[in-house]
Amino acid sequence: MLALWGALLWIGIARWERVLAAPSGAWDHRVAFATWILAIITLCGGSILQERRIHESRTMKGVGQWSLAWMAFRKSHVAVGAAITVMVFYLAALLTPFLAPFDPAVQGSLITERMLAPSLTHPLGTDQFSRDVLSRVLYGARISLTIGFVAVSISMTIGTVLGAVSGFAGGRLDSLIMRFVDMVISFPRLVLLIAIIAFFEPSIFLIVAVIGLTQWPQPTRLVRGEVLSLREREFIQAGKALGLSKTRLVLRHLIPNTMAPVIVAATLGIGDTIVLEAGLSFLGLGVQPPTASWGTMVADGRDNLLGAWWISTFPGLAIVLVVLSFNLAGDGLRDALDPRLRS
Amino acid sequence: MVIQTEPAPLLSVRNLRKYFPITGGILPRARAFVKAVDGVSFDLHRGETLGLVGESGCGKSTTGKAILRLIEATEGEIYFDGTDVRAMGSSALRRLRRRAQVIFQDPFASLNPRMTVGQMLDEVLKVHKLAGDRSGRRQRIRELLDTVGLLVESEDRYPHEFSGGQRQRIGIARALSVEPDFIVCDEPVSALDVSVQAQVINLLSDLQERLGLTYLFIAHDLAVVEHVSDRVAVMYLGRIVETAPVRSLYTEPKHPYTRALLSAVPRPEPRRDHRHGRIVLEGDVPSPVSPPSGCPFHPRCWHPLKDDACSRVTPPLESVGENHAAACIKLSRDVELPPKTG
Repeated sequence: MLALWGALLWIGIARWERVLAAPSGAWDHRVAFATWILAIITLCGGSILQERRIHESRTMKGVGQWSLAWMAFRKSHVAVGAAITVMVFYLAALLTPFLAPFDPAVQGSLITERMLAPSLTHPLGTDQFSRDVLSRVLYGARISLTIGFVAVSISMTIGTVLGAVSGFAGGRLDSLIMRFVDMVISFPRLVLLIAIIAFFEPSIFLIVAVIGLTQWPQPTRLVRGEVLSLREREFIQAGKALGLSKTRLVLRHLIPNTMAPVIVAATLGIGDTIVLEAGLSFLGLGVQPPTASWGTMVADGRDNLLGAWWISTFPGLAIVLVVLSFNLAGDGLRDALDPRLRS
Repeated sequence: MVIQTEPAPLLSVRNLRKYFPITGGILPRARAFVKAVDGVSFDLHRGETLGLVGESGCGKSTTGKAILRLIEATEGEIYFDGTDVRAMGSSALRRLRRRAQVIFQDPFASLNPRMTVGQMLDEVLKVHKLAGDRSGRRQRIRELLDTVGLLVESEDRYPHEFSGGQRQRIGIARALSVEPDFIVCDEPVSALDVSVQAQVINLLSDLQERLGLTYLFIAHDLAVVEHVSDRVAVMYLGRIVETAPVRSLYTEPKHPYTRALLSAVPRPEPRRDHRHGRIVLEGDVPSPVSPPSGCPFHPRCWHPLKDDACSRVTPPLESVGENHAAACIKLSRDVELPPKTG
C-alpha cells in the first residue's frame, strides 16, 4: 500500500511535466493520466472505507459465494502475492508513458550508447540500437498484457456462450457445436496461427483476433461440462417449474454458476497466451519492430547473449515473472473457488 | 381403477408411461428403454393428499415430474383441472406453472447458490407479474418468509447460510410464491433429520389447511406417508400395485408387495408386536429395462399361491373394497401371512 502511494507520488513529482501534458496528449498518455487519477482516488477511497468499517458494527447481510471465495483466497499468501504482482504489472503497463525514462523507439548514439551495461541512467542497460531496455520492457508489458487480456476475454466470452447453449440445448445443436469444437482442437494451433499470420499483414489486432478466435474450444468444453451437470440440479428444475424462461435460466442461473472454473481457466489462459504471443514475436510473426514486445526483445538480444546479456534477460524475466504470477494466482483462485477444498 | 363418486378431480392421470431410451453403439438409436413409469393412473381431488410410495427407482419421482411437464411423458393422459397437460402450448404451460408447483428432496441442490433468498423470490414474482411494484414484492417476500416460519432478515442471506430444514422452508416459500393449488412434494423430508422432518411435515399440513392446497406426496418412508396422506398409492417397477385410503391400506394391505413393505416398518416396541411377521423379500428389484413378464412383482413374490399364471398375466388394478384397489390375481383368496422370521 505504502509502496503504491510512493510510486504514485513519485510520478506526480518526478514526471510532473508529462502528467500535466498528458490530458491533451496522445491517447496512451490520456489513459495513463486517467489511471493515475483513478489509482489515487481508489487508494483514498479504500483507506476511508477501511476506517469506516472498523467503526461500523456488522449488519445482517448475507455473505455471498464470492465473498467466501475472497476470504479463502486471502489465506494463501503465495496466491495473494502473485495477484499483487499481476496487478503491479498491469498498473505499470497503464502508467508506462509516465514511468518509462526514455522513448522506447528512439535510438541513442550508436557509438556512445550502444549495448551499455545496466547503470543509473539506463537501469537495465541499452540494446544494440542504443535503446533503453527498461523503457522497452515497460512498453512491451503493454503489448503482452493487452494481448493476453483481450484475447482471453474474447475466447472466454465465446466459450461461455457456446458452452452454455450447447450444454443446455443438447441434442443436435449440442452435437453440431461439439463436433466443430473437436475440429478446431484437432488442428495444430501454432501451425494455424503461423499460416494465418503469414497470409495477412501481422499486427496487434490480427494477433489478438487470431489467438482469441482459436482458443475458445477449451472454455466451451469446460462450460458445457459444468452446464451438463448443473442442468440436472434441482434448482434448475425448480426454475423450470416456476415458469422461468430458458434465456433467464441460462443467463441468470446457469452461467453465474459456471463462472468459478471459467475465471480460473481465464487466469491460467492469460499466462499461456502471453507465452504464445512471446513465442510468435520471437519467431518474427508477432508484433513488428520497432514496437517493443517481450518476445521480439528476447529474439533481438540472442545474438549478443554473451556480450550483452541484459538485452534478452530482462524481457525474458518479465515473461517468466508474469506467467508464473498468473499461474500461481490461478491455482490460488481454483483452491478458493472450489467449495470441496474449502472447509 | 378407483371408482369415484365425488366431483371432478383436480388432477387425473391415465395410463401414464415414461420410457427413457438407452442410446449407445454406433447408431444414435435407442437400443432399449428404461420403463420408468409403465401405465400409471390415479385421480387426485382438491384439498386431498395422495401419498405415492415405493422403493427407489420405482418411478415415483418420474411420475411427479411428468405431471408437471418437467420431463415429457411418453404416453398417457394428464388432466389438470380438466385441461390436458400434455397438449399445453407455452402460454397454457405458463398458466400451469402458476397453479402447480414442486418441492424437491435435496435442500442443498434445489436452491441457486449464487442468489439470496430475496432475489430468488423476487425473480419469480417479477416474472409472473405478481405483487405489483418493488415495494409490493418486498412486502410479499416478507409475507412468504413469515408464512414458512423464517425470519424476515433471511431475505438478504444465501442458501449456504441456512440449515437443511430452513432451506426446505425456502423451497416451500418459493413454491408458494406463485400461489399454486397443487404441489408435488418430491420426497420433501427424506434428506432431513427426524426432528426437522416433523417440523416440515407440520408446516406442509398447516399450509394445506390454510391455503387449501392439494399435494402429491412422494416418499419412501411409510410412516411419513401415513401421517400426511389421505390416500396412498404403492408403486412397484413403474406401476401402481395398490391404492387405498390411508386407513385401510395400513390396516388391511392386500397386495403382497404392500404387505412386505408394511412389515418392514420399524415398530417402537418390536417385542410386543411379535405377532407381525417380517416378510423378507428375496433378491433385488428387477431392471426396469426388461421387467418380468406378467406381474412385475412375481419373481420376488412370497405369496404361497404364486404360480405360472403370475408370470403370464399382467394383473389389472381391481377393486377390492371401498376405494381400495390392488393389482394381484391371487387376491380373491386371502391367505395367512407366512411364518415370522427373526
